Amino acid sequence: MSEFLLSRRTLLKSAAAGVVAAPFAGPLERAAAAGLTIGIIYVGPRDDFGWNQAHAVAAVELKKVPGVTVVEEENVPETIAVQKTMESMIKLDGAKLIFATSFGYFDPHMIEMAKKYPDVEFRHAIGLWQKDKHPMNAGSYYAYLHQAHYVDGIAAGLSTKTNKLGFIAAKPISSVLQNINSFTMGVKKVNPAATVQVIFTGDWALPVREAEAANALADAGCDVVTCHVDSPKVVVETAEKRGIMCCGHNASQASLAPKGFITGAEYKWATIYKNFAELLTKGQKLPNFERGGYDKDYVQNTAFGAAASEAARKAATAAIADLKANKPYVAGELKDNKGAVVVPAGKVVDNYDVFLETTNYLVEGVVGSIN
Amino acid sequence: MSDALTTVAVAMFAGAVRVSTPFLFVSLGECLTEKSGRINLGLEGTLVFGAMSAYAISYLSGSPWVGVLAAGLAGSMFGALHGAICRLPKVSDIAIGIAMMLFGTGFAFFLGKGFIQPTAPRLQAIDLGFLVSDPQMKVALQINPLFFIGLALAVVMWWGFANTRIGLVVRMTGDSATTARAMGVSVDLVRFFATTAGGFLAGVGGAFLSLFYPGSWNEGLSSGQGLMAVALVIFSRWNPIACVGAALLFGAAGALGPALQSVGISQGYHFFNAAPHILTLAIMIATSSSKRSLKGAPGELSITK
Amino acid sequence: MTAESATPVRGRTSDPEAARIRLLTAIEAVIVPVGAVALAAALFSVFLLTLGKSPATFFELLWRGGFGTAFSWQNTLIRTAPLIFTALCVAIPARLGLMVIGGEGALVIGGFAAAVVALPVMGVLPAWIVTPLMFVAAALAGAVWIGFVGWLRHVRAVNETIASLLMFYIAVAILNFFVEGPLRSPADPNKPSTTPLDPGLMVGSIPGMDVHWGLVVGVVVAILAHLLMSRTTFGFAARVTGGNVRAARAQGLPVGRLMVAACALAGATAGVAGYFEVAAVLGKANASLIAGYGFTGILVSFLARHNPLAIPPVAVLFGGLAAAGGLIQRRMGLPDASVQVLQGLIFLIILVSETIYGRVPFLTAEKRR
Repeated sequence: MSEFLLSRRTLLKSAAAGVVAAPFAGPLERAAAAGLTIGIIYVGPRDDFGWNQAHAVAAVELKKVPGVTVVEEENVPETIAVQKTMESMIKLDGAKLIFATSFGYFDPHMIEMAKKYPDVEFRHAIGLWQKDKHPMNAGSYYAYLHQAHYVDGIAAGLSTKTNKLGFIAAKPISSVLQNINSFTMGVKKVNPAATVQVIFTGDWALPVREAEAANALADAGCDVVTCHVDSPKVVVETAEKRGIMCCGHNASQASLAPKGFITGAEYKWATIYKNFAELLTKGQKLPNFERGGYDKDYVQNTAFGAAASEAARKAATAAIADLKANKPYVAGELKDNKGAVVVPAGKVVDNYDVFLETTNYLVEGVVGSIN
Repeated sequence: MSDALTTVAVAMFAGAVRVSTPFLFVSLGECLTEKSGRINLGLEGTLVFGAMSAYAISYLSGSPWVGVLAAGLAGSMFGALHGAICRLPKVSDIAIGIAMMLFGTGFAFFLGKGFIQPTAPRLQAIDLGFLVSDPQMKVALQINPLFFIGLALAVVMWWGFANTRIGLVVRMTGDSATTARAMGVSVDLVRFFATTAGGFLAGVGGAFLSLFYPGSWNEGLSSGQGLMAVALVIFSRWNPIACVGAALLFGAAGALGPALQSVGISQGYHFFNAAPHILTLAIMIATSSSKRSLKGAPGELSITK
Repeated sequence: MTAESATPVRGRTSDPEAARIRLLTAIEAVIVPVGAVALAAALFSVFLLTLGKSPATFFELLWRGGFGTAFSWQNTLIRTAPLIFTALCVAIPARLGLMVIGGEGALVIGGFAAAVVALPVMGVLPAWIVTPLMFVAAALAGAVWIGFVGWLRHVRAVNETIASLLMFYIAVAILNFFVEGPLRSPADPNKPSTTPLDPGLMVGSIPGMDVHWGLVVGVVVAILAHLLMSRTTFGFAARVTGGNVRAARAQGLPVGRLMVAACALAGATAGVAGYFEVAAVLGKANASLIAGYGFTGILVSFLARHNPLAIPPVAVLFGGLAAAGGLIQRRMGLPDASVQVLQGLIFLIILVSETIYGRVPFLTAEKRR
């Protein structure tokens, strides 16, 4: 760990050295000794209008920190390849901190590498790290996007006329189910009669099937759709073409639907990355698990679009204020869509309760099943 | 339940019309190539490159139709390359196809990086919604002109193979190179042009993907449409009219998964989503036979020999 | 590369003339592919120059990332193992004139089968029973998967190229259905997977290296495949069939059964690749099995001219390309697809070079003399 704890002065000094050395260091010789090298690994293309882009945009913030060099690699599959990419960044680029931004990078790949390189810090962009199970030089950072989906749901629930809403999801994994459930809870809170129809496409990036799903939902009478896929562009544009309303996901898609856009759930990874960079420049250790939502400014909602009614704006803004104050929004009695009670009556689930991170059910009001 | 059935049926009809066009263009292009006695498995790469170049050129020129043309031209260059290489002795057209597929997609991803973000002008649909009163059908009848061009092309090709001199020459080349040579036809030249034209059509198919439906360019745009189209040609028995039916069927099968989920049937959606592939395999098994060669199969084709 | 695949001259003769021709053919079999790779590299350099990037840097990084350091070698070799198996899945049927491109599907099904068969017996039976069981299950599942394609070809004349490709999509649907449904482990809420294997079932590394035993098994299987194809009646019959199906039938060879057997063998090799992905890398079956090894295997097999002995070195070359891809991306700011473009070029030019065999001017002149 000692190599990792860099004082601010060393960083500044090496930054200066980096500036001097830069013109002479060709692409072959990265001045690995200078400052701190951070490796960031993406599972898809960096500019996908979604998940990977949200991280890449935030990575730009890291690059602004003096003394920090960022090396990035995109389209790295969740196989042995990602282990080797990490090792390559460590051995050939001298990376001392690795950000792995895809679910499947964690186990076994990042764990293996963390065990093998105890001097290097590893952070993974989903809350999977557990203190008793995983190495201490590994960790997770996680933004509660579902809070923003909950706000989406409130705005959408007040905007729908048919009381049928649609959610296009990639895979039935915990973080996706959490978003579907939170969206639905938002809808039901303001509009108990409404239902949310879910369609699973089966994978993270299948543009034709995503467009088909959006059309199928419109055909089935849904007048609001939203999604959790890697790149929401197709869903949002298809909804706009069909003349129905939509909510965004991951990044801002407001410009893609000038008529039908309500609001959208956006990550603000930049806050986390900036905080991390600040800790690093102060020479402090990164937390093993950093999580949070609206209260820590890790997520946000896209500015309201043309389709958001006055009532929707008001209710959504109020919900945002509550979340910023860290007021819980999940409370009993909550049933899943098969009728079983998941949160008993009278219980309030804290926003930081890990119960929310282990979602494996769809709440009442969602039409669809996990498999 | 009957409501749900109607919804699924209409969704499948609409899906057939929306999704079938790239399949139709690629399979017509492949049909022409195969009629001349060659097989080009590289049309997947051509399709992806066509999609990329259509989007890029539409963005740069401001006109989607210029984009479509650019996609066609890029496609015909890939086709010409395939056609020119395969005339060399001892070169396998199937293998070259696989190589072209890899090269085409790789090259498209390479050049296409800068065009994922921008929004290019897209193709507009022809609105035939006035023909019906049902709102769902009204939407289903917003059809891209390329769909009609594809239909017309299928009819022209079907008529042309039977009734024109060019059609006859292509068919003869595909059935027996020896006969064609005896008649003074340059077999290589005919196949070169057939592959080039086939590439043009596949490129246009790609343009439909990026400029109309789903209507954006990214690396995951094609999920094997170009390869599937080659399978479609075989079960269409090298008949352009049947290609239309096959493409529509494939489009409808692709709409099945999302449509069923939209009415609440989601158990086993992975298999519904694989319906087009399962269906194609089933039809190929059901209609092939080892006892007789396939009706309509060009005699020179490497995959049916 | 040996002269075996290209030479028409066989038999042990002491005739110096025949020996000389064998030598020339051997030289040809080395010169042509090396020349082809060099030409591809040259064309790619031109491409890089037009983009204002330095080819020298590119190839230096390629060298460094793939082969330049001990770490790079291990990085390369660990990617080599699955490619050997999936390339064999193409090469064996290719000897009979069959073009199977769906090896990825057999890999997925094989890996899935290995994980599934371990589920009920893990912790009940000792590892020395479960490990072979998993291995055999993977090989069998792959064999059935591609064997079915061969059988369809035999009894229904269904084209094996397209059938195997369609089967790939079905394999993915099966994997996803079970991994996200009935066989999903609660341990992995964000990456649907089967229950993780006991650590005792994991395949270890070759001593002194960070590369699992799959590499050694791959090389052994490639040698076995070579012996099968060159030293046995089966191999002889397969070559005759590949040369001319009608002649093979006329000679009374069981062409249909040969096809099914060759496809089953091919599928078994791809299935074993799946076993190693599960038991040496992932520790469970999940969608990460679909990583494109099956498709890269097609290239490897063609570049090796479907010669099992040439497959391991060619697989090393492609493993190196993949290993260096990341470094090139990070250092030169080139898209990740640049390695794919280079691979495509190499593949294309290698195929075109087929036409050169027997026509290299100075070599053929020598032969004629």
